[in-house]
Amino acid sequence: MEAMKTQDVAVNDLPWIIDYKPERCTMCGSCVATCSFRAIHVAVKRRAMTVSEEGQPTPIKKFEARPVIEQVASLKDFCRGCGMCERVCPNDAIKPVRNPDTRKTLLSKDSGPIKRGGRTNLNAQRTLDSIVVGRISQMTDPSLDAARHTFDIRAPFGRVLSAKDLPFSIEGGKLVQKKKTPPVHWIYPLIFSDMSIGALSTRAWEAVALAVGYLNEKCGLPVRMSSGEGGMPSNLLTSDYLKYFIIQIASGHFGWNRIIKAMPKMVTDPAGILIKIGQGAKPGDGGLLMEAKVAEHVQAIRGVPKATLASPPNHQGLYSIEESVQKMHLSMNAAFGFRVPVAIKCAASATSVSVYNNLLRDPYKICGGFFIDGIQGGTGAANEVSLDHTGHPVVSKIRDCYLAAVKQGLQGEIPLWGGGGIGMTGNAAADAFKMMCLGANGVFVGKVLIQLLGCIGNEEGRCNACNTGDCPTGICTQNPRLVKRLDIDRGAQKIVDYVLAFDAELKKLMAPIGNSSLPIGRSDALVSTDEAIAEKLGIQYVC
Amino acid sequence: MCRIGSIKSKVPIQPSKALHLMLPQQEGHDNSGFAMVMQDLYGIFSNYKDKPLLSLACTQKGAQLVEEYMDAHNFVQLAEWIPVPNKEPGLDIKAMPYYIFRNYDYPEDIQNASKEVKENLLLDTRLALRKLLEEKNAGFVYSFWPDVLTLKEIGDPRDIATYFHLWDDNGCLVAKSIVAQCRQNTNYDIVRYAAHPFFLQGYTLCANGENTFYTKNKEFQKSLHRGYIGFESDSQCFLNTLHYVHHELKWPLSYYKHVITPLPFEEIDQREDKEVLTAIRQSLANLEINGPNTIIGVLPSGDMMTCCDSKKLRPVVVGRTDEMVAISSEVCGLNEIMPDRDESQDIYPNEREVVVINADLEVQRWKQ
Repeated sequence: MEAMKTQDVAVNDLPWIIDYKPERCTMCGSCVATCSFRAIHVAVKRRAMTVSEEGQPTPIKKFEARPVIEQVASLKDFCRGCGMCERVCPNDAIKPVRNPDTRKTLLSKDSGPIKRGGRTNLNAQRTLDSIVVGRISQMTDPSLDAARHTFDIRAPFGRVLSAKDLPFSIEGGKLVQKKKTPPVHWIYPLIFSDMSIGALSTRAWEAVALAVGYLNEKCGLPVRMSSGEGGMPSNLLTSDYLKYFIIQIASGHFGWNRIIKAMPKMVTDPAGILIKIGQGAKPGDGGLLMEAKVAEHVQAIRGVPKATLASPPNHQGLYSIEESVQKMHLSMNAAFGFRVPVAIKCAASATSVSVYNNLLRDPYKICGGFFIDGIQGGTGAANEVSLDHTGHPVVSKIRDCYLAAVKQGLQGEIPLWGGGGIGMTGNAAADAFKMMCLGANGVFVGKVLIQLLGCIGNEEGRCNACNTGDCPTGICTQNPRLVKRLDIDRGAQKIVDYVLAFDAELKKLMAPIGNSSLPIGRSDALVSTDEAIAEKLGIQYVC
Repeated sequence: MCRIGSIKSKVPIQPSKALHLMLPQQEGHDNSGFAMVMQDLYGIFSNYKDKPLLSLACTQKGAQLVEEYMDAHNFVQLAEWIPVPNKEPGLDIKAMPYYIFRNYDYPEDIQNASKEVKENLLLDTRLALRKLLEEKNAGFVYSFWPDVLTLKEIGDPRDIATYFHLWDDNGCLVAKSIVAQCRQNTNYDIVRYAAHPFFLQGYTLCANGENTFYTKNKEFQKSLHRGYIGFESDSQCFLNTLHYVHHELKWPLSYYKHVITPLPFEEIDQREDKEVLTAIRQSLANLEINGPNTIIGVLPSGDMMTCCDSKKLRPVVVGRTDEMVAISSEVCGLNEIMPDRDESQDIYPNEREVVVINADLEVQRWKQ
């Protein structure tokens, strides 16, 4: 008997087991060639066979060495369940099957904490799914017609002053604005969230950017895209399309050398600046770009050597909110001549209301948006312990912040944007609508975009390999062979179509409640079938 | 659905005129109550036009509480009209024991104070009386303002008019401006405060419709001004906004329409005044209204106005003669009180219009 040690890793320890049907396999090798994780290989095995070689049946059972496809028993090159083998197999001979008895998480800590991409796999609860739009116009007032009426679907990005602070004077019976006010852009209430070049392949980033361009130029929807913390291509920085982009600055300041150098050559202002303090997927943990993904062009754009790039968990030199306001907000505002709104993104936290209150009361009135990112936000790479065990749901946090502003009569002055899990079950419009009724001015999405490009990862442990550089869909990798799998034009088209449907679906939700502009704070339009959720959010409980 | 109506006249008119305006529209307003605000009073109040007039419906205890409060705060009673009701059997009215309409002189130390100080005192006094009466469940105070009288009651408007002798046309209760409405609140609890017209510091307003931005209006208005209270009806939000824009921010009236029904962004971008309109839209996004609505408002100057929601989902028509201008939800009301008017002069305001009637009955149509 062959020696066996229980400490050896076996295929049945892994999260996915390959279901291979040798009788269907034609040995074409496509699956092995396709598997970016090297989780399967060709092996030669001694197999029992019954063969008949005469003109009439003469079955003989014999053993023969045969080539087979075999799963690798490795904690490094393990099957992620991406299913590329199944897609490529011409004969339905292979597919991954989830292994409920996996011991992978337990066993893979030999080289420190587990790292992965994706979003939390433990906290997939869906508060938004126990809320429905329950205040439908019936008799008391007419519903609008989503197809016939006009709807004003825009959200503010920038610091809004209270009416009393507007520098108006009256001349000839007309109001005249005498002084400058902080810049505010009214944009589409759906921001393409910060995924960097580096986290994404350049082609994937380009596909998202292409969709943004198309939505703006051809569809009339002012959708904005945040660059992520990884800089932007110089030719984009100096083009007119910069106006559609929100440039992100995070604690690593990656890409800012190039951005600053491009500033004198910019022909237009960017749509905004987003200071990233934290991220919902890994709050309190900095950004992470594994060495495997730091390709040559990523090194160039970020001005870094080939090494794992870790953004610090906080901005060096900022030790309080006041500091943040005075240093970062002011310097970022000043950098663009106070013409570009500067907003801030934080991970949702038990402290979010305190942060929001501080920003609301800041005497400089300089924060142009508060982005709250919930625990269900995605990431390119993080320690699994952060992904699964840190964070805060975003829904109640948006509500808490909105109500904190209401209490002070300051709602709407610093626009609230919510993200992290928006569109998780496919319908971002419904999620966005409910978030807006609870007080968000708009939402931001990331994961749903790459899912539209072809990402097959989910929150049940499928793939989640964004950190490896081996993304099987060519989205989160810089490997040229894998990147070729992504068709930029079709990817961009998919995003455009989704946003157009999003727009139509938003109208389908606005019309029944009789609103032609966005129902920000219209909590009366929502009801919940969950008593605890209804109570927490201050909406009607129904059953 | 309500029906609303108002009359502005060169000669003082009786409340019965307003009833004749409203009753033909009864299929729409269900006859469940009657409420009116009369301004620019003549008849028995002619001599006290500059003195604040308190309009009150209360119990005996309430009357006593009010008297004590006013005495304690040095208001001096000048004139009083306590209607002696016609209590004939069979009238459909849920009457309060007492209706008091009483003129006061300002406390001596306020006599020479500024207009603003006086306005604030009158508001604070009304709010204090309201609180006092609410705590003891002893009545309702509707307005406390010079030259303004408010009456609200639950029941059939015809019977309410009989009860108060409003059909008698005896000349004691007349005014040049009346805003009226013939229904109790149907969306929320029936409380007298919920019946429009509503009144606040010289501003009167009634609305026909459903303000679907009620919650966000209310949440914002609560912290804007101490006078924005109650919120028994979503229509009160229109009055608060009118007061806030015109009285507090002191913006020209034309901007009221830009606040409640802002132009779409695409249209704002085409305008010369886009900077101002955008700033208004973003700073007062919480005062925008939605849903089907028509409003009628009266300003402290006496100017009367009407406008609609941004999609004109509720009707309104303005009719006029040389002597009188009337605003009505339905034209049948105008036909009743001014059958001989030139109908071709009737105005059906569109969704972008504000119609304003000034003291000389000049009708202006403002385009948003």
